[in-house]
Amino acid sequence: MLPAIDQLKARIESAVPAAKVEIHPNDTPAAQPSLIINREALFEVAHFLRDDPELKFDYASNVTGVDWLDLVTKEKMKVKKVVDGVEKEVEETIEKKRAGYLEVVYHLFSMSLKHGPIILRVRTGNRTDDSNIPSVTPIWRGAEFQEREIYDLYGVKFEGHPDLRRILMWDGYTEHPMRKDYVEPDDYEYEPTPHDDVLAKTKCHWPSMEGTTGR
Amino acid sequence: MPIDEGLRSELSKSGIFTTTLESIYNWGRKNSVWPLQFGLACCAIEMIATSMARYDLARFGAEVFRPSPRQADLMIVAGTVTKKMAPQVVRLYNQMPEPKYVIAMGACAISGGPFKQGYNVLKGIDRYIPVDVHIPGCPPRPEALLHAFITLQQKIDAQTMRGPNRARHFDPDEPSEFPVPEFGEKDLVPSKNLSVWKPPVILREA
Repeated sequence: MLPAIDQLKARIESAVPAAKVEIHPNDTPAAQPSLIINREALFEVAHFLRDDPELKFDYASNVTGVDWLDLVTKEKMKVKKVVDGVEKEVEETIEKKRAGYLEVVYHLFSMSLKHGPIILRVRTGNRTDDSNIPSVTPIWRGAEFQEREIYDLYGVKFEGHPDLRRILMWDGYTEHPMRKDYVEPDDYEYEPTPHDDVLAKTKCHWPSMEGTTGR
Repeated sequence: MPIDEGLRSELSKSGIFTTTLESIYNWGRKNSVWPLQFGLACCAIEMIATSMARYDLARFGAEVFRPSPRQADLMIVAGTVTKKMAPQVVRLYNQMPEPKYVIAMGACAISGGPFKQGYNVLKGIDRYIPVDVHIPGCPPRPEALLHAFITLQQKIDAQTMRGPNRARHFDPDEPSEFPVPEFGEKDLVPSKNLSVWKPPVILREA
């Protein structure tokens, strides 16, 4: 039986002292919480999850990536201020900035104990030069091609991967097409019923369509 | 010079069969087209079904799928042509001996299909090699491939050996091989061969 998520967190933290585990709740109907692991401890945590006799997560069903862009959120806060010698509560909007990062998500199951999944999330420092994450291929061999795909499409560099090359796009390709700020080559030709982004492209190439619905 | 139809039927009544080199040449070619055996995606499943007993492409003389481009006359581009696969498809076409024909099968092979606006799929194999018959459909049924094949047979039958409209393989000025695109940093280089493919001219009402 799979332990509850907070028990799991406690067991990981007691087994791997370097691990910083955070429970990421899920408000959707799936109600599937996940664990955010610091990337320095990922390898030891993965080892523990696979080898612990009561957990035995021997199957990495899915390894995938998520791209989180820089985010600016605005929050309204009530702040006490002295206005004209009188203390008042004033609403102020505060801008919060969160630097972007890349995230790798692992879905782990146990074939031998027939339980799972648990979901691990690991985040990189940023989206450019600090995008390293330890590879789990030495622990789950099935992660090899999935990590290559994440490297290809998102640009996460997996340390300790035996053969980190592009898998879907060709060698010499310089982009990471699943990133949210990816700009595809401008090879628009013709679309009979353009809409949304494609309509915007159509208007670039066919300026006479400005102001029409695209028909 | 084509023989007079009336004279031909008169002669055949008395047991004399007349023909032209051109028609017997085309008759032989169109009834023994050997396709190249390769598939790229789900359309290949329909192509396989077409060659099997129920739809039986052998009725039209095209049952000999060749595993080598050197022995094939017809390339059936059955499926999505990704940008990573496109140079190999062009190279296979270049290795086929003349006369050679191409059927682009399915929405992806003719236009990129549902992946047209994506980053990794070619917007139709006719960007790089000349296509004789296009089949729409996703995937096309075996009947559609049979229809395309009969259309190709009619096309072969109508080809001439001489004259300004002679078949491509009789024209020394027509190329038999086409440049293989190379992998660039962001896209294939070149992204299309404008001597083979012309962008569609769109006329819109004001």
